[in-house]
Amino acid sequence: MSSTPLPTPRSQGRLARLWDSDLAFSFRSSPVTVAATLLALLLVLAAVAAPLIAPYDPFDPASLDLSDGFSRPMEPNEITGKVFWLGSDAQGRDIFSAILYGSRVSLLVGAASVLFSLVIGVGLGLVAGYVGGRTEALIMRVADVQLSFPAILVALLVFGVARGLIPPALQEQMTLLVLVVAIGLSNWAQYARTVRGSTLVEKNKVYVDAARLIGLKAWPVMLKHVLPNVAGPVLVIATINLALAVIEEATLSFLGVGMPPTQPSLGTLIRFGQQYLFSGEWWILLFPSLVLVLLALSINLFGDWLRDALNPKLR
Amino acid sequence: MSEAPFVEVRDLRRVFDVSKPWLNRVLENAPRQYLKAVDGVSFDIARGETFALVGESGSGKSTVARMVVGLLPPSDGTVAIAGVSMNDVDVAQERQRLRRRIQMIFQDPYASLNPRWRVGRIIAEPIRAFQIVEGEAAINNRVGELLTLVGLHPDDRSKFPHEFSGGQRQRIAIARALASNAEFIVCDEPTSALDVSVQAQILNLMRDLQERLGLTYLFISHNLAVVRHMATRIGVMYLGRLVEISDGKQLFSNPRHPYTRMLLDAVPDLAMTGKARDGVKGEIPNPISPPCGCTFHPRCPLVFDRCRIETPPVIDGVACHAVNEGRVAAA
Repeated sequence: MSSTPLPTPRSQGRLARLWDSDLAFSFRSSPVTVAATLLALLLVLAAVAAPLIAPYDPFDPASLDLSDGFSRPMEPNEITGKVFWLGSDAQGRDIFSAILYGSRVSLLVGAASVLFSLVIGVGLGLVAGYVGGRTEALIMRVADVQLSFPAILVALLVFGVARGLIPPALQEQMTLLVLVVAIGLSNWAQYARTVRGSTLVEKNKVYVDAARLIGLKAWPVMLKHVLPNVAGPVLVIATINLALAVIEEATLSFLGVGMPPTQPSLGTLIRFGQQYLFSGEWWILLFPSLVLVLLALSINLFGDWLRDALNPKLR
Repeated sequence: MSEAPFVEVRDLRRVFDVSKPWLNRVLENAPRQYLKAVDGVSFDIARGETFALVGESGSGKSTVARMVVGLLPPSDGTVAIAGVSMNDVDVAQERQRLRRRIQMIFQDPYASLNPRWRVGRIIAEPIRAFQIVEGEAAINNRVGELLTLVGLHPDDRSKFPHEFSGGQRQRIAIARALASNAEFIVCDEPTSALDVSVQAQILNLMRDLQERLGLTYLFISHNLAVVRHMATRIGVMYLGRLVEISDGKQLFSNPRHPYTRMLLDAVPDLAMTGKARDGVKGEIPNPISPPCGCTFHPRCPLVFDRCRIETPPVIDGVACHAVNEGRVAAA
């Protein structure tokens, strides 16, 4: 038959091909998604580059001046005359700088906990789906139990237990790690369920048999063959869960079990802010909340688009 | 036969547990249920020949194929290839070496290639796993050779499986099977998912490769025309048992088992000789509760009392009381 290769319309470079792909087209033709992505990128970049952008270092006690306290946004302080863009709090900390550093902590905790639950959930889901039998029953029942609790309750539980186990001297440094584990452990079940479902479908396809035929063991087959084929839906869930994890972290910090005041996250800032809401200093609460809402909203909108774009049934 | 057969299958059995879940069994007091997919199949394949297994859907052909290559452990019986047992734990190391020489071509070329891997990586996988050749350049070379061998272009290696048609994908699957220098290839209905026009190309390619590389095939099919084209010897399966084994030509000129005759009578006659065509009567019974005695007796035109009680053994290539007792004249 054919000894000539199939025609390949691929003379352009990788970037041009990417621009022409279905996914990129669907992205370009959705202005909401483009706007949300740009906003999310802006917030993430601002958080990453916080030390470069922030006009003050809000955590350097030496630079704080109590007489700067309660400056209104964009107005010179009544005593010192300094201008804070988004105002300052009771200790005279610049809210704008605090938000930059705070969203840094929030995003770090969010991303790390998503990664943590991704690894646990995908790993357990793969094993459950591929091995089957009692292993599967055990893993999935644990996941069911996990899903019957509200995620925040699980996180609170993990956090409380960790508090009891870690010596007080180390607690402040370990808080970030504990938060990541707490939030991560409260979200893995969703990944496990999704991955198990797709694995059940994929493992019965004969390319898996073909791989077993050459003597590959279970782990290489799972990681090299099954995993790439079940990764699509997981990416979507991970994106949407990033927004949820940021909110969960904010909730925990708001409840006072999250980041300590020395390393405030957005949630910690909101907790401080709400104390001053009724005494007229609205900016201390409003701006961190606004950033949290925008961050969650933009990531969510991007995740929604990704889910629709990767779902062939909605094309 | 003077030398030992290349592939030796002895009394192969496979039982599947098809019971309801434990909770249902307890609540409804339902018994455990077993399905005998393969029930005592024995055959030999000599080096370089094509042994075909034919039969209706559900007759256990594919289960035999999966047990022969070791994808499915048999419930009972043995498979030995080149003298090495496929299910004896004592020879696990030898078997791992043997795996290189055994490959399989699957029915559905749309599911047998990993959709996320490029063709080059798919074909190179066995080469890397068995370290047939060392070094990236050498592997690349070998992949190119294999693609040329199956009638594709070496540049096709950088494409994904979805860029190919069904026939081309089956060619890729053949290239993968050959990548480890396999000698014995199990083909599980390799053409039944393809267009008729493409089937012949693939079959001719497989015969061509057999001649050039001295391959041995176990060929599973439900298509008698395909089997006639390919097979040197044929085994006819019915409900997990072999009912007739004979040479390829002889099976078509002189079918002996009543089931084989029924199948052949149903084949459309292109030559328009005016021979009346009889459809296949009845259906394959439920394998969970197969008929007692000879499992074919409810559909058999030659049935008599003994068939309902006694399971006929394979004697002289046929498992049928009527034939063994000489009650049917050879056609």
